Amino acid sequence: MSSKRPARREFLKSGAALAGGFTLGGAASLSGQTPASDQAHHSPPMIKEGKDQIAYGERSSHVTSVRIAHGGRPSPDNWGLTFHVAAPLQDSVGVITPSSLHYMGTTRGSFLPDVDPREHRLMIHGLVDRPLTLTMEDLKRLPSVTRLHFIECAGNRSSRRAKNVQETHGMTSCAEWTGVLLSTLLKECGLKGTASWFVAEGSEEVKGASSMPIAKAMEDCFVAYGMNGEAVRPQNGFPLRLMVPGFEGIFHTKWLRRIKVVDRYYMNYNDFGHLDQDAKVAALDYQIGPKSVITFPSAGQQLPGRGSYEISGLAWSGGGAIKLVEVSTDGGKRWNKAEFKGTPQRMAHARFGYQWNWDGQEGELQSRCTDELGQVQPSRAQIAKYWNKPYDQTFSVPGLDNSIQPWKIAGDGSVTNGFA
Amino acid sequence: MAASPMASLKVLALALLMGAPLLAQSYGVGRTPTAEEIRAWDISIGPTGEELPPGRGTVREGAQLYRTKGCASCHGATGLDGKAPLLKSRNGANPDVWARGRILPVRAPFATTVWDYINRAMPLNREGTLTADEVYSLTAYLLFINDVIAEDLVLDPQSLPKVAMPIGDKYAALPEWKPRTPRLKGYPH
Repeated sequence: MSSKRPARREFLKSGAALAGGFTLGGAASLSGQTPASDQAHHSPPMIKEGKDQIAYGERSSHVTSVRIAHGGRPSPDNWGLTFHVAAPLQDSVGVITPSSLHYMGTTRGSFLPDVDPREHRLMIHGLVDRPLTLTMEDLKRLPSVTRLHFIECAGNRSSRRAKNVQETHGMTSCAEWTGVLLSTLLKECGLKGTASWFVAEGSEEVKGASSMPIAKAMEDCFVAYGMNGEAVRPQNGFPLRLMVPGFEGIFHTKWLRRIKVVDRYYMNYNDFGHLDQDAKVAALDYQIGPKSVITFPSAGQQLPGRGSYEISGLAWSGGGAIKLVEVSTDGGKRWNKAEFKGTPQRMAHARFGYQWNWDGQEGELQSRCTDELGQVQPSRAQIAKYWNKPYDQTFSVPGLDNSIQPWKIAGDGSVTNGFA
Repeated sequence: MAASPMASLKVLALALLMGAPLLAQSYGVGRTPTAEEIRAWDISIGPTGEELPPGRGTVREGAQLYRTKGCASCHGATGLDGKAPLLKSRNGANPDVWARGRILPVRAPFATTVWDYINRAMPLNREGTLTADEVYSLTAYLLFINDVIAEDLVLDPQSLPKVAMPIGDKYAALPEWKPRTPRLKGYPH
């Protein structure tokens, strides 16, 4: 195998301009090279399978897509804390983010706890008739739900300095989650009449905790032990995390150990972080608005020549399912209806595509989505107008930024950030 | 806790009258934690301070602990000059509390939030090692260096929740969340 490696590296280099993901094969054919596999009796080199790979599979060595530290702070940092890590959306296909590539965020930077599921307990107490302590085994005896949901960090915002979609939008991911509805658990405990909020707390060293409305708990929250067909990964809260579909990522309490039902906003550290002077901004930092982004072609990628391309992207909203995605190839003058790949789920990434014939001219790609509530993704200019502020380089979107992302296509096929 | 026993009794009586098991469907899974287990786990200190453990602390003891417990090594000798978040405002005289910065002992609406966070999350990598008295003292010290309390105020379960924080009620309430509702009426979304 090792003797074949150099040749493969050369091949990788030739395709590397397009992407680090699995579009590499396409790059070779688009750029007119003749792949070795065209020879009638060519056999590719073999992957040497060890016991570990048989037991738990690995992706191809040709696929190099990786997460990156987000926001200028390394993870792990000098103290060994993990803070914010972004998913490589530029290489994504479909709607599921592989668990190994799911974005990560922690309350203040956190050590990754190694929780023993046999020792783990979830305690529910406070304004309930019957407090309850559950083991993981107990939880798996209760009726379960399996749902596709995105989680997005409040800090997921584009800037003119961002060089690719991983930097502009990589703090969102979507997985299939399995667990028990919080309403099932709270009915089991019996809510007292004064119950209006609940506090969820993790078991990591910082014991991250957030207050959330009890109405949300009874609507669609659940405690998840499954993720993409296996146990939730440690980086995503093993053995148990709270799902709060459509709310900012920080509410999705990882390593969940305790739920306390209370009668007021409890003003935990995370809650204090959510305070704002303006009720409008506070509202915009809670349930996530309709948002979409084109992942191909996106900044940092290169179109090898004129011709047909499927513009592909993701759309999601905290308000429910995505109903419509439109794509513009002329900087937002004309909008074309995109096609959904599969049926959009509520509070989940939806994959869209739009077949486009690039004429080799400069252009600007944008996408915008509309959710089931009729909320339409705004441009930054529209948001500035709402706040009565001039729309220029200094304008910063208050609350979670769900504005339209423009990608510029140059005559040579290079793609760059339209905010730059 | 707040719900009246009378209300619960009424519900129970109603359930018996209806001849139906109103106490929801029970899967009989899990167990009831003891009061002691709940006390041991419940580190959420709400604005009323009802969960605060017995203990007391002073500014003077807090100033000492700030050095001996390692706070100063990350937050700096004065809370102003460390690698970890600021603990003292650089702009403490500004009458606009929001302009003083996002600093826990300044912007928190309740002193209980400060106590809760020190207790649950500090010192880094040695969380949970501070005694209740030490947490009261460190809270007192941080409030004192930000001119929130006087130097001689002793903090305990009674006095801590009564501390008037500089932000008062000058912060916006969170929205009353309802299912299937836009996040902000009138916003271009």
